[in-house]
Amino acid sequence: MPADTTATAAPAKREPGLVTRLFRSLHLPLGDPFAIAGLVIYGLFILVAIFADQLATHDPTEILFTPSYDLASDRRPGEDGFLLGTTSLGRDIYSQLIYGSRSALLIGLTAAVVVALIGTVVGLLAGYFGGLIDTLLMRAADVAFGIPFLPFVIVLSAFLEPSIWNVVLAMALVLWRDTGRVIRSQVLTLKTRAYVEAARIAGSSDLKIVFRHIAPNILPLSFLYGSIAIGWAILTEASISFLGFGDPETISWGYMLQDAYASQALSTRAFYWFVPPGVCIILIVVAGFFVSRGYEEILFPKLKE
Amino acid sequence: MSGLKQIGARVAQLVFVLWAVATILFLMFRLMPGNPLAAYIDPTFTEEQQQILMAKFGLDKPLWEQYFIYLGNLLQGELGESFFYREPVGERVLALLPNTLILTFTSLLVAYAFGIIVGAFLAWKRGKLVEQAAIPIVLTTRAMPEFWLGMVLLAIFSFSLGWFPAGGTRPPGASYDGFLDLYTSADFLAHIFLPALTLAIYSQGLPLLLMRSNMLDVMREDFVTMARIKGLSSWTVVVRHAARNALLPVMTSFAIAVGYQIQGNVVVETVFSWPGLGRELVNAVSASDYPLAQGAFLMIAVVVVVMNLIADLLYGLLDPRISHA
Repeated sequence: MPADTTATAAPAKREPGLVTRLFRSLHLPLGDPFAIAGLVIYGLFILVAIFADQLATHDPTEILFTPSYDLASDRRPGEDGFLLGTTSLGRDIYSQLIYGSRSALLIGLTAAVVVALIGTVVGLLAGYFGGLIDTLLMRAADVAFGIPFLPFVIVLSAFLEPSIWNVVLAMALVLWRDTGRVIRSQVLTLKTRAYVEAARIAGSSDLKIVFRHIAPNILPLSFLYGSIAIGWAILTEASISFLGFGDPETISWGYMLQDAYASQALSTRAFYWFVPPGVCIILIVVAGFFVSRGYEEILFPKLKE
Repeated sequence: MSGLKQIGARVAQLVFVLWAVATILFLMFRLMPGNPLAAYIDPTFTEEQQQILMAKFGLDKPLWEQYFIYLGNLLQGELGESFFYREPVGERVLALLPNTLILTFTSLLVAYAFGIIVGAFLAWKRGKLVEQAAIPIVLTTRAMPEFWLGMVLLAIFSFSLGWFPAGGTRPPGASYDGFLDLYTSADFLAHIFLPALTLAIYSQGLPLLLMRSNMLDVMREDFVTMARIKGLSSWTVVVRHAARNALLPVMTSFAIAVGYQIQGNVVVETVFSWPGLGRELVNAVSASDYPLAQGAFLMIAVVVVVMNLIADLLYGLLDPRISHA
């Protein structure tokens, strides 16, 4: 981290430091108020996930008892010092909510990186090389578009051990299709540009042209799809956990919702139990939408009018 | 390329995609750990039933031969026997399809009617406070987990207020004479209200945002300026001239929305115990009823692929500037 502090402490004059360059290469959309709101929401959830141990009041999986050794189940918010009450099995809802941010971010960020990476590479290769590679990759994308995503994850979880990574695996197998197609069409226009021609005449190899000259120009597009993928991954994990195919060992917001639904929280009107996880999911997904809008405005300035 | 040739090419692509999806499904179910016969044979089937299924699916033959038998059976709609219901999967899946389609179309019709009107309105109010407040709200509805929205609506309207039943398609014991009678009965409408509302709230965002951005594009075109110059009222310009032209791409997105919705139905059908394909898939996978799971998955995939095809063809038909190059 010392490199970080020196880089930000002495800006302007010297060459920017590594961290500054990395930060810049993210092309963060800082011109759009919505996008900034999205980034702030991400930041808050990241802080909650990092400091979960300090923020939580109880162990999220521990079955709690009152001092007189009664099971502390179905406590209302504030009762016996439980901020958001307890579940029917006597677990602290607030602490589950806090720890849920960890699995959400873990799944969301991994899935975003995987989907954006595969989609970008597919789009670059198909768009730049054309011919047989293009045909094969785009037919594969056609097939991926024919696979109903959520049912696919459900069928996949019939064969795999329950794990939060099943969702990431399914996304890697299927959801690169949108990113791949869009980036391919962008590459098709970029490769006719003069600077690509110049690089070719200067003797750059194909791979160097693709990854050094074209790739940096489509990065905002990759980030756009990546930021949408974060939301998709969290929504999908929630759906899968809700349907009962999730990992029972991992505390996630989807697991909390499934627990609430199965424990009749709807008929006992325990809104304090199933509303907060839903709101957390909405916040983090909507943050992704806002950030992606910011990238859209970088990419297509016409939209700003 | 002529129109007919394009359609032919697109249909060929559809057949290819369906074949690929069926092949992936075959590999998934045959390469799974455990007994290779488990995809079709439940240990509790009688000896005689097992023999029949062995022969029908060639389960004693090598894998590649099984694959061709599988494809041949698929073409004839032969999907095996459900472990749980002890009846042919094909029949069961086909019987459930109408329930899923009814729910999907009802919710999408509501969503599109709402989305088109409000989208046009927001384009008209471009830059005003209403528009700036509405867009984040619409994005928020797109970010909601559908099943969570269903849970909240159930808790409020069914369990707290008691206005609507909590699940199913009809009260226990009720029977109806035929299709129309059922689907126009007050009971049925009460049962479909909450699940359809849940799906509609989720899906109105797509037509709304599409309609809005199309309107903004169309309003910049010459014929709209011309109508303004002629001195037509702002209402006439927006509705008669701009909205009509902005509507076409929104209508083509309907077919794609059906394909997407039918995947998302899985969770909403489960929340509301709606007896459709999605809930059947979930139950089949939970109960390790593999033939039924395969059948339900394939049926959903067929709907998705066919809807994608319809969307593509409509797109070319309604806007001749788009060619299927």
